[in-house]
Amino acid sequence: MAKANGERKRGFLSRLRKGLSRSAGSLTQGLGGVLTKRKLNDEALQDLEDILISADLGVETASAVTKTLAANRYNKQVDADEVKAVLADEIAARLAPVAIPFDFSGASKPHVVLVAGVNGTGKTTTIGKLANNLREEGKSVFIAASDTFRAAAIDQLKIWGDRAGATVISGNVGGDAAGLAFEALEKARAANADILLIDTAGRLQNKTDLMDELTKVVRVIGKLDATAPHSVLLVLDATTGQNAHSQVELFQKACNVTGLVMTKLDGTARGGVLVALASKFGLPVHAIGVGEAIEDLQAFDARSFARALVGLDANET
Amino acid sequence: MFENLTERLGTVFESLTRRGALNESHVTEALREVRVALLEADVALSVVKDFVAQVKEKAIGEDVVKSVTPGQMVIKIVNDHLVELLGGETQDLELRAAPPVPVLIVGLQGSGKTTSAAKIGLRLKTQEKKKVLLASLDVYRPAAQKQLRVLGEQTEIQTLPIIEGQMPVDIAKRAMQAGSLGGYDVIMLDTAGRLHVDEALMAEVTAIRDAVNPAEILLVADSLTGQDAVNVAKSFKDAVGVTGIMLTRTDGDARGGAALSMRAVTGCPIKLLGTGEKLDEIEVFHPDRIASRILGMGDIVGLVEKAKETLEEEDAEKLEKKILKGQFDLNDLASQLRQMRRMGGMEGLMGMLPGIGKAKRQIAEANIDTKLLMRQEAIISSMTPTERIKVKVLNSSRKRRIAAGSGVTIQDVNRLLKQYKQMAGMMKKVGKLGRRGKKGPGAQDLQNLLPPQGGGFPR
Repeated sequence: MAKANGERKRGFLSRLRKGLSRSAGSLTQGLGGVLTKRKLNDEALQDLEDILISADLGVETASAVTKTLAANRYNKQVDADEVKAVLADEIAARLAPVAIPFDFSGASKPHVVLVAGVNGTGKTTTIGKLANNLREEGKSVFIAASDTFRAAAIDQLKIWGDRAGATVISGNVGGDAAGLAFEALEKARAANADILLIDTAGRLQNKTDLMDELTKVVRVIGKLDATAPHSVLLVLDATTGQNAHSQVELFQKACNVTGLVMTKLDGTARGGVLVALASKFGLPVHAIGVGEAIEDLQAFDARSFARALVGLDANET
Repeated sequence: MFENLTERLGTVFESLTRRGALNESHVTEALREVRVALLEADVALSVVKDFVAQVKEKAIGEDVVKSVTPGQMVIKIVNDHLVELLGGETQDLELRAAPPVPVLIVGLQGSGKTTSAAKIGLRLKTQEKKKVLLASLDVYRPAAQKQLRVLGEQTEIQTLPIIEGQMPVDIAKRAMQAGSLGGYDVIMLDTAGRLHVDEALMAEVTAIRDAVNPAEILLVADSLTGQDAVNVAKSFKDAVGVTGIMLTRTDGDARGGAALSMRAVTGCPIKLLGTGEKLDEIEVFHPDRIASRILGMGDIVGLVEKAKETLEEEDAEKLEKKILKGQFDLNDLASQLRQMRRMGGMEGLMGMLPGIGKAKRQIAEANIDTKLLMRQEAIISSMTPTERIKVKVLNSSRKRRIAAGSGVTIQDVNRLLKQYKQMAGMMKKVGKLGRRGKKGPGAQDLQNLLPPQGGGFPR
């Protein structure tokens, strides 16, 4: 959803950098300490791997990345900046294939987007921001408040709907999530809306009954439109560690996830698990959340993300 | 990828059959796997490094208990150390102060603060009969205050009326006033989620703390958290002075290494766990449970049991020596009874005594009731330590006390003592035989040790 115009683009980059720079700060210090005027030997590589592990890349991926680095530079005298650049390139290369913006341009009207995820990852907030971006593009947006479980989730969504100028379809607390999604799709169709965003209750991926409920939402809206949902977004929290693997795997099983959104990248968490997820699942990463304001959902850019991750200026060449 | 640490270490030690003390190379190799297991469980790297160094120091030179592989031994040491670091004992909320006692809830966005505030409130209300007031200081997230109000309605706990536009510090002060006036015991102050690097919001929560002087400042943290847990916990600890941690979503399938990270960097006890979406799903923290989960070992308990059993085998060897010396007291009998019960009969016990293999089957056929064994154990448990060692001190008044204490008759006590005397006598003979280098007593002699069929204790 990043705007094409230059001004907005700079806004995004500086925002991302600002968000990531805090986390990259410690990473950069670590890298500098490890590599200033040193040979890239086993010890230095081990330290590098450790630093990547601290960014939540996971042991396997961190070691794979450092191995690639070693293959090219072993025992060469390297300085911190050079290594950072190579490291960023390596990470960016792994992320580039999955950096795919939202595409809601399909033939279906409305284009149905199911939003799922674990509790507290920021689904409702992401929907609010997404609705706002879509409205700014001139789309008409409906939102189904299918989180009928969490107290005041419906009110929260209504407030976001008002801010974004989207129509929120809601039912009763404790009501049937699938039924409400069905009703919202009917209404969005009748109103000839472009997009229907379906908010769902947060659920832990190991709760089979709750995951079945999600599958039911997919099945029920499929009765109205066999191709729906056209997009299924899994919202991941950047502070989450290796459990993200299990989240992607099990949500994919339950509702056939088509893309990821990573939230809360404005803290010190670096979201490095995305690097591991990219090679393991290859799911598109559409956007990242970098703040609580309505404009804080930005397109995912592999290079900026990777450079910011290792503490380099995100938009320099 | 390995599912758990047991498997990992199994592979490391596959070729290694030698027993004895753990040497440095075993330990180093094993700890490499431990390191990866901990990292995959999201324990922060700095914490992993310290942990591994400490375990290494502990493990080198440690005797490997018989019948446990070196790998299993390392796991036991790792597990024990993990439990110790996670804070050994359970610690509950510390609410001893003049009411109303304020409890401040802090944490990142989406960690589960509001739900946790309601859960704690409900727990205090039902278990400790406290009068609780819930107050939401979250003026930022849309409908956050309403969320707490709804949870208050569900749990039948009062919530502070919402005044639109009032700022957090003022809400906190108002909550304390309402608490005093309304005679509340505990005020749960639920704050907005905030990033630990957000200076303005961290200053706000500090201001709230200074305004109400809370008895507990609970950091609510998601057990799915990765490496960042250390940064979060340390920042909140430094800025606000956290007194305890509540770990949420422990019903998920995350290994929960964040628990160890946060405990290690803050020194703050983990006090409570959120164990489900329902409002009564809250538990006090059990270090051992989290420890085996971090290590990814459902079977750790069994393993440690096994190690313990092995230790009891060593006891059996000690007993053998005791028997050979002709010393056999009621403590020994009790420990034999316990083992018999665990092993489901006499067979196991007999297997541990020297040179009596022949008798085994006959004895097994004797079909001894485990309830009988339990009663006999109970009788011995009702004795004083002195009585167990010096059977001679047992006069009729002592026997009466023991009978009453174990819920049997004096006749039962006498019967046990008679058996003990027979056994002790036998043991002496066995000892003498053993010293002479003979094979041991015959099956007939051993059968005399057993309680008479059909008679004896009430069943």
